[in-house]
Formats: sequence, C-alpha cells, structure tokens
Amino acid sequence: MAAALRLIKSRALIDAAGAACIAALLAIPLLGLRLNETGRDAGLTYHLPWIAYAALAVFFARLGLSYLRPWTFAAPAASRLTGYAPSARLLHGSINLLAILFALGLPWFSFADDNFIDRATLILIYVMLATGLNIVVRRAGLLDLGYAAFFAIGAYADALLSQRFSLSFWECLPISGLLAAGFGLAIASPVIRARGEYLAIATLAFGEMVQTVLVNWIPITGGAKGIAAIPRPSFFALSGATRMNEVDLFYYLILAMVLLASAFVWRIGRLPLGRAWDALREDEIACRSLGLDTMAIKLSAFALGAGLAGFAGCVFAARQGLVSPGNFTFAQTAMVLTIVMLGMKNQLGISLSTIAIIGIPEWFPALTAYRMIAIGIVLVLAMVWRPDGVSTRRAPTMRLMRRVARPTVETEAQ
Amino acid sequence: MKEIGAPLLDVEHLTMRFGGLVAVNDVSFQARRREVTALVGPNGAGKSTVLNCLTGFYRPPVGRMQLHSGRSTPFLLERMETFHIAREAGVIRTFRNPRLFAGMSVLENLIVAQQADLMRGSGLSPVSLIALPHYRRAARRAVDRARYWLDRFDLAHVADRAAGGLSYALQRRLEIARAMCARPRLLCLDEPAAGLNTAEILQLKRMLAALRGEDDLSILLLAQNMSIVSSVADHVVVLDRGVAIEDGTPEQIRASSAVTRAYISVPPGADIVTSMDIAC
Repeated sequence: MAAALRLIKSRALIDAAGAACIAALLAIPLLGLRLNETGRDAGLTYHLPWIAYAALAVFFARLGLSYLRPWTFAAPAASRLTGYAPSARLLHGSINLLAILFALGLPWFSFADDNFIDRATLILIYVMLATGLNIVVRRAGLLDLGYAAFFAIGAYADALLSQRFSLSFWECLPISGLLAAGFGLAIASPVIRARGEYLAIATLAFGEMVQTVLVNWIPITGGAKGIAAIPRPSFFALSGATRMNEVDLFYYLILAMVLLASAFVWRIGRLPLGRAWDALREDEIACRSLGLDTMAIKLSAFALGAGLAGFAGCVFAARQGLVSPGNFTFAQTAMVLTIVMLGMKNQLGISLSTIAIIGIPEWFPALTAYRMIAIGIVLVLAMVWRPDGVSTRRAPTMRLMRRVARPTVETEAQ
Repeated sequence: MKEIGAPLLDVEHLTMRFGGLVAVNDVSFQARRREVTALVGPNGAGKSTVLNCLTGFYRPPVGRMQLHSGRSTPFLLERMETFHIAREAGVIRTFRNPRLFAGMSVLENLIVAQQADLMRGSGLSPVSLIALPHYRRAARRAVDRARYWLDRFDLAHVADRAAGGLSYALQRRLEIARAMCARPRLLCLDEPAAGLNTAEILQLKRMLAALRGEDDLSILLLAQNMSIVSSVADHVVVLDRGVAIEDGTPEQIRASSAVTRAYISVPPGADIVTSMDIAC
C-alpha cells in the first residue's frame, strides 16, 4: 500500500517535471525574450526569471492535477444515459420555463435600458449560433471548424440583398438561412466522407476560403471595410400598436427565433432523424451495417447547423448595420465552439454558457482582456474533469416500461 | 421461392487482397434459403474478410456475390453500398466485438435498427415534427417489434438501461436482437459464441435453433470450431488460409481429414496421428 503510494507520488513528480520542462522551453521565446523598441534601435532583453516562474507554475499545477486525478473521470457509457425520474424532469422543466419567462419579461425590468436589451440581443444571436453548432458537434459528432463561414454567408446575404436588390429584412431572412444551408450541403457533400480530424481540416479550410473571398472580392463585399448602412428591419404597425421601441421589438424577434429553433431541435431529437444523429455519434459502422444512410444523416445535421448560422448571421447584420470580414474569423468559430463545449448539450446550458462567455465581457469591458485566458483555463479544467464534455448525458427518446404499465398510451416519451 | 433449400446467396470466386496478402482466395460457396450455413476456420482463415466483403465494408477486386431475393434479378452485393446491402438486400450482420450504441438505451438500439421503416412511416422527418398520426403509428409498430424481440431474447427487463452497461453476454444477445429488428433476409453472425461461457453458449444455441423456425430467415454463422456449428448448421464451409477446403454437411466435415490438417497445421501428405476430435 505504502509502496504503491510512493510509486504514484514519484510518477506524479516525474510527470510534473516533464510538463515543467516543456513549459520552460515554450517560455523561452514567449516570456524570456522581449523585443525592445525605443526609438530607432531595437534590441532583445532577457527576462530569465519569467522562464523559471512559468516552469514552477506548471510544475505545481500539474502536480496538483495528478493528486486530483482520482476524482476526475470520463463518464462510462452506462452512466451517460439518465433515468427518467419525474421529479428531475419537473425541476428541469420549471427551470426552463422560468428562463423563458425571464427572457420574455426582460424589456420590462427597470434596469433594462436600450443598451442592455441591445446586448441581450447579441447574446441571443450567439445562442442561435451555438444551437446550430450543437447539432453538428454534440449530436452528430462532426467537428466543424469553419462554422463562422455560414454565419458570414447569412450576414453578407442580408447585407448584399438589402443594399443591391433593396429587399426588406423579412425577405432576406429566409433567403439567408436557406443560402447558408445550401452552402453547408455543397461544401459538406465532398468532404463528409472524411472522418474526425480530416473533416475538421476541410471545414477549417472552407472557413478560411470564405474569409479570403470576403477580404479580396472588393467590388462585391467591400473588402476589409465590409458593408455599412444595412437597414434595420421595419416592424410596420407593430411598434405603434404595442408602444414598444424598435430595440425591444428586435429583441423579441431574435428571442422568438431562438425559441423556435430550440423547440425544433428538441422535437427533432425525439424523431428518427435525431436518434440517428445520436447513433451515428455512438458507432458509425454499426449504423451502416443496419442500413442507415450515414452520409445523408451527416449532411442533414451539417446543413441544419449551417442554416441556423445563416439565420443568426442575417439578424447579426441587421443589428450591427455593418458587416466586415473581421466578424467571421476562426476566432469566432472557436468562441462558439467553446460555448457549445461548456453548454450542457441542452438549450439552457447553451444559453448560460453564452451569457458567461459573450455576456460578461460585454457588461464588464475591463474583463475583455482576460476573456481568452479564462476560456483557456475553463477548457483545460473541462478536459481534466470531463473529457467527454461537461455533460453528455441524455435521456432516452423512448421508453418501454411506461408502455408496459399503460399499453395504450403514446409510445413517445414527452 | 420460399421453399427450404432454394439458393439464397451465391458467392463465386471471391478474392480479397490487402497489398501482397491474399486474405481470401477464390472462395465459392452457396447459402440456401431457411438454412444455417456455417463458415468455419481457424483464426486468420478469412471468415471475417468474406463477411466484410458480403456486407460491403470491403470491395473485393474479384468475385461475384448474388443474393436471390425472389425478385426477377438478384442483388449484386459487390456493387452495392453498405447501407443498401443492409436495407435493400436484407443482409444484416453482427460483429465479433459487439458494436452497440453504448450510450443509448436497449430499446433505442432496437428502434435505430428500424430507422428506414420509421423514416418511411414518418414521410420523412421534418413533416412529422408535429406528431402526425401516421408517424405515431409507425413509431408504435417499431416499439411493438422491438418489444417482440426483447421478449424473444429475454431482454425486456433491461429495456430502458444503457446498452453499454449490460454484461457481455447480454450485449451479444442484444446485438442479435437488434439485427433481427432490421428484418434480415440473411442474418450473418460473426463468432457469436466468442467470449461466452459454457452455459451462455448453450443458451445461444437454443436461441439460434429457435431462429431457424423464423419465417424466411437464413443464417450465415461464422465460427472458429465445430462445437457450436455441428448442432445448428445444415451446411458447413471450411476455410483455411483464405481457401475453402471443405464444403458439406456437419457429418461430412467431421469425417474429413483436410479439416483436421487445417487445425493442427499438418503439411499435406504427412500422416495425421492426432485424434480427429481436435477440430470437432
């Protein structure tokens, strides 16, 4: 027993020492050397203590993690399936209901001025984006690193159609979504056969291609300056009738879209298509051996995610009044991916993680500088504690036992 | 076309190479309707390669695999996509290591196997977003079918548990039940007895025997040794190093010396001194 403990300790020490060496090597160029530019002469200064600090910090952090290891775990397959405890479902349902009521009543709170509502609108746009990526990444298990491209396609579709063809926002909205979904289908069909990291690279390349086109096709996209003066949607008589201002109405528009998308995703998760996504993520080969058309199933998830990003992009363009390629870089994809990873695979979790990642820096601009550090730390912790996601639990979409008790009730568990 | 013994599957000159290695060399055999055909051979004989070719996971460069379904033209399996082979031709397989949807419930595993029916029944998914009656009917039929096979394979008590949490023997049974839910014409079992203890093998034999009476179901059984085969198989094909060396009833195979040679690696021509029962 004591010997085993010693062994663990020594292995933890060796492990931590190794990590510290890597940290020291990385710290030499990152922290140890600094470029001084004073006037015309530039020179390097050496900050050797910083290398030691970095190595020591990593050493102790790694050592700490080794001792925490017994409490970390990847959920075994069996525990990923939650039960159907009615009390838990009631709790979950009422929390969801409260969240929806809060979102609906938000413009009436006294602290919610136009500025506040405008930021809430931005958060909801990201919730929409994350909802789409959630389908692709968490349901179907496809890693899409070019997701911001579909966001861009939706946004530029709205910008270009409204400016060049003077279509209204309401006409642009469906076109943006369908166009993005169409692009999703078009780029996914040749690369969807690739698995895992190959698909990730292909989508990453697509994202960069769209970025390059946006920057360089100056006559159409306006290059790096982007397109300005995109009209906001007109709400016709609605704003007069309800005596609400345009900001609130716009907020309700995106809220309605998010709720609709959530309901859609929730429902489709209980239909054969949603179950097929889950099965695909679990075992693709078994799916094929049972006669599931895995290509079509993957494409449906990919196109649906792209379509939701297209809708989000259209609303984003209308909110900003300005789109430029800088809004649709890989960093944007990474941000949405982080939201999805932290979101607990359900809509509420996604909303909360969006508030944490997008909202907090919006309201506390001083924290913006630390956003990436915070995201990095949170992701490392998530990897350590739950390598398969903060929560990948799912409730079964059908249930036999209820049927046994009451043979005539519907087969679908609500 | 439903009579026992009519040809169901014709494999002719099947050859599969991996680089310089010839895994299956010019294998021909026939599986007949409503019979259990066994592919027997030691490790590395090419049984699983034959199965992977049949189910479209490998593309054999040489050979023809015809499945006679009662239509005027047979299915040419070597030209079909994997999921078409399962869905249209009805060749459903299990795997040597069960490939279940571990994080889904046992019932859901059986429902996913009926995906094609459900999609058709739901008139494609988007329409059924609002629980139309015909989708509900299709879903109910799917659960009824699942329920039937859960009962047949004695799995109903674990229906709502995660498939990945079941014991190994139950996982094996679930995989066969799932294959049955996909309504196979030809059920291919890849070493269903591997990793089971004696009692579980007896249970498996009983279940296979019961499946034989199933309407219009034929079985292709892959096995390492004759013990499970001799009691359930009608017809045995012995593979060794990629070549079909024997083809006949279990009794004929037992009496053959080529099989024993294959198992104890005696070069052709040398005398066999060991007991014949090694292989049997």
